[in-house]
Amino acid sequence: MTSQGETEEFEPPYLYPDYKSTVLRAPSRPLVRLPEEWFHNARGPAFGRIPVRSEDADLTQQHQGEPLGERITVSGRVLDSDGAPVRNTLVEVWQANAAGRYVDPVDDHPAPLDPNFTGAGRCLTNSEGRYRFVTVKPGAYPWRNHLNAWRPAHIHFSVFGPDLGSRLVTQMYFPGDPLITSDPILQSIADSRGIDLLVAAFDWESTTPNWALGYRWDIVVRGRNATPRGL
Amino acid sequence: MPTPSQTVGPFFGFALPFPGDAGAAAGDEALRIEGQLLDGEGAPVVDGVLEVWQDDQFARCRTDAEGAYHFTVHKPSPTPESDGIPTASHLNVFVFARGLLRHLVTRIYFPDEEAANAADPVLSRVDPGRRATLVARRDGAVLRFDVHLQGADETVFFAH
Repeated sequence: MTSQGETEEFEPPYLYPDYKSTVLRAPSRPLVRLPEEWFHNARGPAFGRIPVRSEDADLTQQHQGEPLGERITVSGRVLDSDGAPVRNTLVEVWQANAAGRYVDPVDDHPAPLDPNFTGAGRCLTNSEGRYRFVTVKPGAYPWRNHLNAWRPAHIHFSVFGPDLGSRLVTQMYFPGDPLITSDPILQSIADSRGIDLLVAAFDWESTTPNWALGYRWDIVVRGRNATPRGL
Repeated sequence: MPTPSQTVGPFFGFALPFPGDAGAAAGDEALRIEGQLLDGEGAPVVDGVLEVWQDDQFARCRTDAEGAYHFTVHKPSPTPESDGIPTASHLNVFVFARGLLRHLVTRIYFPDEEAANAADPVLSRVDPGRRATLVARRDGAVLRFDVHLQGADETVFFAH
């Protein structure tokens, strides 16, 4: 069990002026605390509404040909902060291609699109809380936050978990990336141990000979004993 | 140790939407809720996504070029909290956007439930001057619920 102080320091604040988009979007009033039981007793949504097909977990097989880039697997477990595996929960991912370009029309970075790569996937965790995606390593890309700003390579994750309090949207980063120390989105987390929780481990065990490098990353959603964020 | 949150970023629009995502209900009983997501200067947030979670209802809507979103839902039944105090009908709403390093949680209450709202144990925790930010407005056939991330009309958000 973690104390309230430890839990809080690992979460980023809403207002972090080095990340400019927070300045007009961070709420300025204190968050209101709901009754203790609210966010755990509320049931999570019925996931039947979001379509998840088995092929959605392989981002390299969604088009006629294979995407360019370094083929990787990203796998791990979804656990809650009380240590229990989170079974049969929806995990969504999205990312840039190997050149650092998103399919999204909002992205105008002049790096090539890959006709064989969309960069979006979904899967459900299994009975041990395990998930696994096959994809290519995303490229770094520039953004307009400050002069010569570059995002480290990352994969976006959206995880539901069992109840309202377990919802998590975050980003997974790659070990050894030299851009990590200058990225304000990551550095908004004051404690470097919190940043470490967002960096996957290169993993020989899940590396497949002659086929793909393996990265392992466990995700911990808030369990029943966790303190609400923002208090 | 819980995995820290990070922003949804601006480039989720090709990934998170799914067919029929904003409609959790259909038919005569379905209720349409419309609103705008606005920043501290009142400018539309065009790269946000909102989710409604309530009992067995789930809906998701990306904001458009006007910062507008909409949901079609069933008005939920009031459900007792575990301490037995009845609550007013409401919808839990999650807000994600570029610039939000953690998501925000708010609630939509209904304008035709004045007595229930007045007795609601969650609304009672909110500064009386700010409670109105949690109650939708009737606007013809739809309900309107704008989310102000910041400023004089800042919506009440809950720790989660």
